[in-house]
Amino acid sequence: MSTPGHPPMTAALAAEQGLTAEEFARIVERLGRAPTFEELAIFGVMWSEHCSYKSSRAFLRGLPTEGPCVLQGPGENAGAVDIGDGLAAVFKIESHNHPSFVEPFQGAATGVGGILRDVFTMGARPVAILNSLRFGRPEAPRMSHLVRGVVAGIAHYGNCIGVATVGGDVYFDAGYDGNILVNAFALGIAPRDRIFRASAAGVGNPVMYVGARTGRDGIHGASLLASAALDESDADKRPAVQVGDPFCEKLLLEACLELMRADHIVGIQDMGAAGLTSSSLEMAGRGGAGMLLDLDRVPMRETGMTPYDLLLSESQERMLLVARAGSEEAVRAVYARWDLECVVIGHVTDDGVFRARWHGDEVCSVPVRALTDEAPVYHRPAAAPSDLEARQRLDLGGVPDVADATAALGRLLESPNLCSRAWVYEQYDQLVGAGTVLRPGGDAAVIRIDGTRRGLALSVDCNSRYTRLDPYLGALLAVVEGARNCVAVGATPLAVSDCLNYGNPERPHVMWEFQEGIRGIRDACVALGTPIVSGNVSFYNETEERNIPPTPTIAMVGLLEDVERHLQPSFLDAGDVVLLLGQTRAELGGSEYLAVLHGLESGSPPWIDLGDERRLHRVVLRAAAEDLLRSAHDVADGGLAVAIAESCFGRGLGVRIEIEGGVRRDAALFGESQSRMLVSARRGRVKRLRELCDAERVPCAVLGEVGGDRLVVTGHVDASVEELRARWRSAFGRLIDA
Amino acid sequence: MSELVARVFVTPKTGILDPQGKAVQQSLQTLGFAEVRDVRVGRFIVLRVEAATAAMAEERVRAMCDRLLANGLIEDFQVQVDADGH
Amino acid sequence: MRWGVVTFPGSNDDRDTRSALARLFDDEVVSLWHKDRDLGGSDCVVLPGGFSYGDYLRAGAIARLSPIMDAVGTHARAGGTVLGICNGFQVLCEAGLLPGALVMNRGLRFVCRDVTLRVESLASAATASCASGDRLRVPIKHGEGCYVTSDEALARLEADAQVIFRYVDAAGEAGAEANPNGSAHNVAGVRSERGNVVGMMPHPEHAVDPLLGSTDGRRVFESIRAWVGRSGA
Repeated sequence: MSTPGHPPMTAALAAEQGLTAEEFARIVERLGRAPTFEELAIFGVMWSEHCSYKSSRAFLRGLPTEGPCVLQGPGENAGAVDIGDGLAAVFKIESHNHPSFVEPFQGAATGVGGILRDVFTMGARPVAILNSLRFGRPEAPRMSHLVRGVVAGIAHYGNCIGVATVGGDVYFDAGYDGNILVNAFALGIAPRDRIFRASAAGVGNPVMYVGARTGRDGIHGASLLASAALDESDADKRPAVQVGDPFCEKLLLEACLELMRADHIVGIQDMGAAGLTSSSLEMAGRGGAGMLLDLDRVPMRETGMTPYDLLLSESQERMLLVARAGSEEAVRAVYARWDLECVVIGHVTDDGVFRARWHGDEVCSVPVRALTDEAPVYHRPAAAPSDLEARQRLDLGGVPDVADATAALGRLLESPNLCSRAWVYEQYDQLVGAGTVLRPGGDAAVIRIDGTRRGLALSVDCNSRYTRLDPYLGALLAVVEGARNCVAVGATPLAVSDCLNYGNPERPHVMWEFQEGIRGIRDACVALGTPIVSGNVSFYNETEERNIPPTPTIAMVGLLEDVERHLQPSFLDAGDVVLLLGQTRAELGGSEYLAVLHGLESGSPPWIDLGDERRLHRVVLRAAAEDLLRSAHDVADGGLAVAIAESCFGRGLGVRIEIEGGVRRDAALFGESQSRMLVSARRGRVKRLRELCDAERVPCAVLGEVGGDRLVVTGHVDASVEELRARWRSAFGRLIDA
Repeated sequence: MSELVARVFVTPKTGILDPQGKAVQQSLQTLGFAEVRDVRVGRFIVLRVEAATAAMAEERVRAMCDRLLANGLIEDFQVQVDADGH
Repeated sequence: MRWGVVTFPGSNDDRDTRSALARLFDDEVVSLWHKDRDLGGSDCVVLPGGFSYGDYLRAGAIARLSPIMDAVGTHARAGGTVLGICNGFQVLCEAGLLPGALVMNRGLRFVCRDVTLRVESLASAATASCASGDRLRVPIKHGEGCYVTSDEALARLEADAQVIFRYVDAAGEAGAEANPNGSAHNVAGVRSERGNVVGMMPHPEHAVDPLLGSTDGRRVFESIRAWVGRSGA
């Protein structure tokens, strides 16, 4: 069978579809014949890195994905965990990196659109968005344009569709100069026994298409843009970037949720990367079924569209669903109420074959499994980079201790990675949904779970400097950071969604980084009891042979039993006692201080003892339950002095602090030792807090007291809180709007 | 009856603050186009309409502008109708 | 009394408005669909915040042609109470039920943060139980909240005390620093001549729950109840 008008398929044509000669040979062998043009195209997208995970699948199996709270692990559109009261939290994080580098506004916007669909396709109303953004140096070419475009794109989509953007993180690092990262996270709430899955089942059940018409947007977005490194000609990839319509998605969201209150849907999936092809094949694959589609019935936006176009288009805001036979009219009626088109385009079969017809002629006939389960699995070679040891070498003896700690603190607070992100999050609607208890700016966002006393804590983290210095430890620390951020707001860490951003997997050092990262994440997740329920791998983040630092972004979700007992990071009253829980070591490896003040990015990431970390979590959560704390703030990037400053900025209150000797001044003030929490408490509660700390062997030191309007660390720092705050608050705008 | 093309240009009234126009002007000047004295950023709408004559089409499109396409309080509009259908 | 909250395609804060009212009062709160032709007996109709029709063409320009807007217009002309919040304010201006227009923020960006409002006139449904000069801390979240109108119309508005809320700073001054979007004279909300139709860019429905922040938004809804109670309908 071959499509009239098309030449015979060859390896060269296969290369255009992103397939290697070897992969092409496998296809021919599997089919027992040469593929048609359309079949070659769908192999191209389904066997692409983005869709098949061929370079990562073998290793992802090492991640812990089970636990008592897990309702749905990896494998569906999003993961789900039980949060009590008969409810489930449905969430996932996903990357949209290359499209955002090519067209930052639409790339970021459609990233948000895609992740929201992944959540509501499971029957969950999205209630929170977070975004993890990685940019190059602010002064790098195009960088401020990219920052402005990405933030505006996220704002455009999230605000219009009406889901609150409640948190995220932004990092600048030269390693992203040629390849920025946009990882979008969304979380929704669904009844725990009404989670919809994306599985095609029931012979003869209609396959229905709903949403926007199909155009030529994004063709080969998955196979070319997301599965290949960028080079100078990436401007040519511009037509592959999709344009999103958040208003359309708002209608789609409301209509789908309305439909999901009834029982007409057997399976539903959004059309994301590789559009109709991946959604239909994945649904068929999960259901162990086959499918027949009549492509000429697909609603089209352009004239002259071909089967190829329709199969590969990544037009946004479309869903594919399998309905119970006989329910077609009921389904159509719901969508019509929201002025959305809904059309039957095929039906489920039982022969495990994916068939597509064009005006009655068959253009595709491929066993579903060949495209899904039987996609290649690669064990690419891995080897540690030769310069790793050199990178990790740091002789602190050769680094002069800080002379003017006040000036150093000011510089750090204005530095790109530590300054206030208000410039970013004030462009986002943080409030819609009336559930945002703790707005952006703290350690984690806190949202209320409507109809219950509970709340959720949400955080995204990854320190690229740590991961570059030690891919294993850096990844482990990303999970630890996420968990500690949840604890800092009074939540018990529950589960993780991970977005693993790495360079070109065909390079051994990148594969090594990836495997080390998986190991680190696994060890931390096992120790902290937080399974991975969903996630995404983004490979090929390489531009002109420069690879990004390993960036395993960890989205951590935590649960608060009583959201009114949440913690927050600001000092509240003069007279409150300031304490540091945990131990400060003489370590500066990979710290912001070392980078900003000494231009050094070397050493090892901070020491971590997972037992110490768990004990700290228990103390803080106990203290929160007993209402002992006025404030709590994770001590992380920038160290203790930065954490103290941030706690002062909330209400503009000063502190008077004494720190012990024994550790060199810069390590004491700016070192990033793990497992520490800066807290404040009323004088009368300190004794009880000490008891909790002693019982768990967590060091507890009284640092001083809240009061006045200056930040004073006796003998080291003396600064006006207002002045520091003004500089910290305005720095981002000065970097980007210049 | 034939199909005619009407082009509608909607611009902010002079006197109404146009921050987009200002931002664009500043950007152009930064790029070295110092000769730009003023920029107004508006909207351009193309309509294909069925009408007996261009004059009738124009009258109808002007009515569309009054009713929906332009907000008379803050915007001015101009209508051009092409007689030959493209 | 009965409140009717309209949902246009793209409205986002309709749910939050309904839940805010449910949190504050025991009154009946009904959901009105943009295609409905009557207000279901509502004493006060609320047009909520959001992005009706994606803010296509101009914010509120398409929503104001919805079937329900005929009923809203009739209700308003008969002295009935109408509150437009953010996108709802934009719809009321496009419909000619309130003077002026809302255009893109001067800073060209969407802004979401808390602001301080000063109550300027008590002769409106939204301020009927406030005191002149009262300060309310309420959030804004909009990209097109810059209030504009001709100089003559602005002068008339001020002379007739049709400005009901103004953006001010912590010290109560209505200067440039306090103005988040470039609105003429820091105008944050206006009333119709009779005071029964009111529009405001800030979101009182997001300032009613102590867990989430300020509760000053209650004052607006309490004023409406007082107004409706006074006028008997």
